[in-house]
This record gives sequence, structure tokens and C-alpha cells, in this order.
Amino acid sequence: MESLFFFIFAAVAVVSALLLVTFRNPVYCALSLVATFFAIAGHFVLLNAYFLAAVQVIVYAGAIMVLFLFVIMLLNMGHSSALEVVAGKYRRVAVVLLMAVLVAQLGLMVGRQIGVSPEPGDPALFSENIPYIGKLLYTDFLLPFEIASMILLVALVGVMVMVKKDPAKADH
Amino acid sequence: MDFAIESLIKVVVMLGALLTVVAYLVLAERKVSAYIQNRLGPNRVGPWGLLQPLADGLKFLFKEDVIPGHVNRIIYIMAPPAILIPALMAFAIVPVGDTIPIMGKQIQVQVANVNIGVLYLLALASLGVYGIVLGGWASNNKYALLGGIRASAQMISYELSLGLSLIGVLMISGSLRLGDIVALQANQSLLGFLPAWNVFTQPLAFLLFTVAAFAEANRLPFDLPESEQELVAGYHAEYSSMKFAMFFMAEYASMVTASAVIATLFFGGWHVPWLIQPGDQSLFASLLKIFSFVVKTGFFMFLFLWVRWTLPRFRYDQVMWLGWKVMLPLAILNVFLTGLVMTLAR
Repeated sequence: MESLFFFIFAAVAVVSALLLVTFRNPVYCALSLVATFFAIAGHFVLLNAYFLAAVQVIVYAGAIMVLFLFVIMLLNMGHSSALEVVAGKYRRVAVVLLMAVLVAQLGLMVGRQIGVSPEPGDPALFSENIPYIGKLLYTDFLLPFEIASMILLVALVGVMVMVKKDPAKADH
Repeated sequence: MDFAIESLIKVVVMLGALLTVVAYLVLAERKVSAYIQNRLGPNRVGPWGLLQPLADGLKFLFKEDVIPGHVNRIIYIMAPPAILIPALMAFAIVPVGDTIPIMGKQIQVQVANVNIGVLYLLALASLGVYGIVLGGWASNNKYALLGGIRASAQMISYELSLGLSLIGVLMISGSLRLGDIVALQANQSLLGFLPAWNVFTQPLAFLLFTVAAFAEANRLPFDLPESEQELVAGYHAEYSSMKFAMFFMAEYASMVTASAVIATLFFGGWHVPWLIQPGDQSLFASLLKIFSFVVKTGFFMFLFLWVRWTLPRFRYDQVMWLGWKVMLPLAILNVFLTGLVMTLAR
């Protein structure tokens, strides 16, 4: 039963990712990305990482992609004339390079058998997933947690500084 | 296998009940608005207009379904289900009652007791933005696009207060499962006689959550996205017949879910104060608990209707100011105060 779900989520993720890079209309691409995120959240549930699955949907699919869609809709992007100028004349070279990197990564994964039967880990991680993560974040991983919040704070303040108009220079 | 059949029956019952309540909530809105405005409301179709939802449903089924030529077909068709599905899914984790003895077994009156309870609700609230924004954009119409963008800006701003106001409740309950939150409120009492409902221990959180729920459901005073006077019905201007009915149902379904969640998190859910001994498992006690949940949820649904026909609409800048400069700091203050009190009381 679990392997059936695994294959469904995997198929949805791969197909959505392929559609993401092949659609011409950027709104369709954004929606394919949302579908990919849902499939990944399903994978997280299969791996017993329930908190991560919920946060993936709340943060990625629910907030970040909405902002992506905002920008795409408000700036009316996606005309093919604009794409030619941006992508440049080396885009075929870039495609070949990136495909080579992908093949190399797949080969490495299969060769080293990454992701096959992880060690059991702490049983508390699976039974009370969220209190366990909370405790870890505030004890063993306190420094990365604080650094991550500082990065977000810097981003927030930076956006305010960039957007706020200087009152002396405002035209009346 | 037993679990699968039981869950399937619960899902069917839940969906049937929810859709019926949504249909009658539309009738209730029309009657309540009528009495507030000193008139009678629909009373022709059946006694007191009780068959009106049936008439409305038939009307929507038989109405011509027009898809204008200038819309983006795929997304236009996909947007109404995209908002209806999260609105209906959210009801799956709400504990309608404690347990009910059926055929010798005690069955939980809750479709799914997931261990990420409250996070599931927040996730579905975040997903509700998509249907509106896509519906507005796909309609290829300035008013619809403006309505959709305003709606999504409002919804993502108020999601923050929605989530942060819940943190105080979670700090007190110590668990994300809705069943545990209700059980904690049911098993204690404050000052000897008051039930330990979270509205008494977290009044600020209750206020913030209720206001944020109004904004999430796009209900007055936050219904700028679909204001009749300004935006010609906003993001659902180009929709007709069943697709419009789906937008409509989604708004009322999110009202019902919001009322149910407020009743669960702050008013003890199915808990009946003073009348039932804890541990009473008879059929009468179970039915009384379900009835008490229905009464509490019904009161909050009435509150939604009452506020709509009493208050004027907020302007867009007022909505943004309220969400970011008033409710967000108050929610953070609530978390801080709760933590302070909990530490000092230890």
C-alpha cells in the first residue's frame, strides 16, 4: 500500500517538474510547481516527517507560490519576445551542461545507494514528531535556528529600506 | 479494513451534513438579513421558506453555463473547485462530539484525528487563496483581476494573525491535535465553577482569531474583494451557474468551518459544562455533546451573519493597516504574555 502511494507521488512530482520547464505560459509553470510541492509533501508524510509535510504546504505551496503568482500576474510576464532577450544565445549550451549535471547526480545516487534503508533513529521522533522537533530546535540546533531568523529579519528590513521612498525626494 | 469502512462512512456523513448546512446557511443569511432590515425574507417556497435552498439548487443546475470567449479556459474551469475543495476538507479534523456508542463500539465523532491537527487547518487556509487569485486572473477582466489580487493580499496578511493567535492556545494545550485541545478544556475548571474554556484563559487570542477568520472568509467588514458597489462582484464577475455556485458554497463552507474551529478551540467544542459527568459514555450523553457543539457553531455562524448586515465595509488601506499594524503586534504580544504567565505560574 505504501509503495503504491510512493509511486503515485513520485509520478506526480516528476511529471509536474517536467511540465514546469516545458510550459510557455508562466502561470501554468507556477501551478505545476505547486503540484510538485504537493507531491513532495506527500513523500514527507510517507517518511513520517509530518511536521515537515504540513510546513511544506503552508510555507512553500501556500505563501511563496502565491507571491510568485502575484508577481507573474501583476507584471504580465511570459511574452515570447521578452524571453528571447533574457535567455541569451548560450541557452543551448546551458541546457546541455545542466543535463550532464543531472545525469552525474543520478549516477552518484545510484552508485552510492543514497536513501536506501536509513537507520531507525530515535523512536520519539516518529511517535511525537512535533514536540521532538521543537526540543531539538531549541537545544541542539539553537545556533542555526537563530541564524535563520536573523537572515529572515535582514531580508525583511532590506525590503522595507528598498521600497520606502525618501520623503525629501518625493514629488508633490 | 474496518478502519477504512468506518472512515468512508464518516466522510460521507460529514460531507452530506456540511453541504446541507451550507445550503441552509444561505437561507439563514437571507432570513437574518431580512429581519435586520425589517422585512420578511423568502417565505413562499415551503413553510418559512425552508425549501428555498432546494429551489436555489435546482436553479443553479438548470441555468445556462456560459464560458465567455475571452477567458483562459483551463484555469477558469479549475478555479472554483480549487477554492471549494480546501474549504470542505478543513472540516475533516473538527471533533463534532466525543465518542458515540454504535453497535457496541465507541466511535470517535471526528473523521480524522491527525497529529498535526491545527497545522492542517492553517495549510488549508493558505491554499484557499489560489482559487480566488486564479479565478480573478483567468476572467481576463480588470475588475475581476483587481478583486482577486485584493482578496489574496488580504488573505495572506490575515493568515499571519490567524496562526500567531493560535500559538497561545497551543502553549496552554501542549498538543496540536484538536481532540486533545477539547479534552483539556473539558477536564478542568477555572475558579471552581467556570469551565476551562480557552475564551476565558485567552480572550485576546479569541478576538484576534475571530477577526482573522472574518478576513479569511472574505466576509464583511472585509469583503472588499467582492464588494457589489465597487467591483461589480469582483473575482466572480465572469462566472455563471454551477461555477458561481461553487464560489458561493466555498465562502459559506469556510464560514461554517471557521465557526466550528472557533467553537472547538475557544469554547470547548463538544463540552457541556456542569451537566455531564466525565466518563459518561451513554448514548444520551454523546448526543447531548454533539448537540452542544452544533449550538456553539450555530451561534458563531449567526455572528458571521449578524456582523455582515451591521457593519460597513473597510477600505483597502484600512484592511492592510489593521492586519499588519494592529493585529500582528497584538498576536505577538499575546504569545509573550501567555509565556510570561505560564512561566510565573510554575
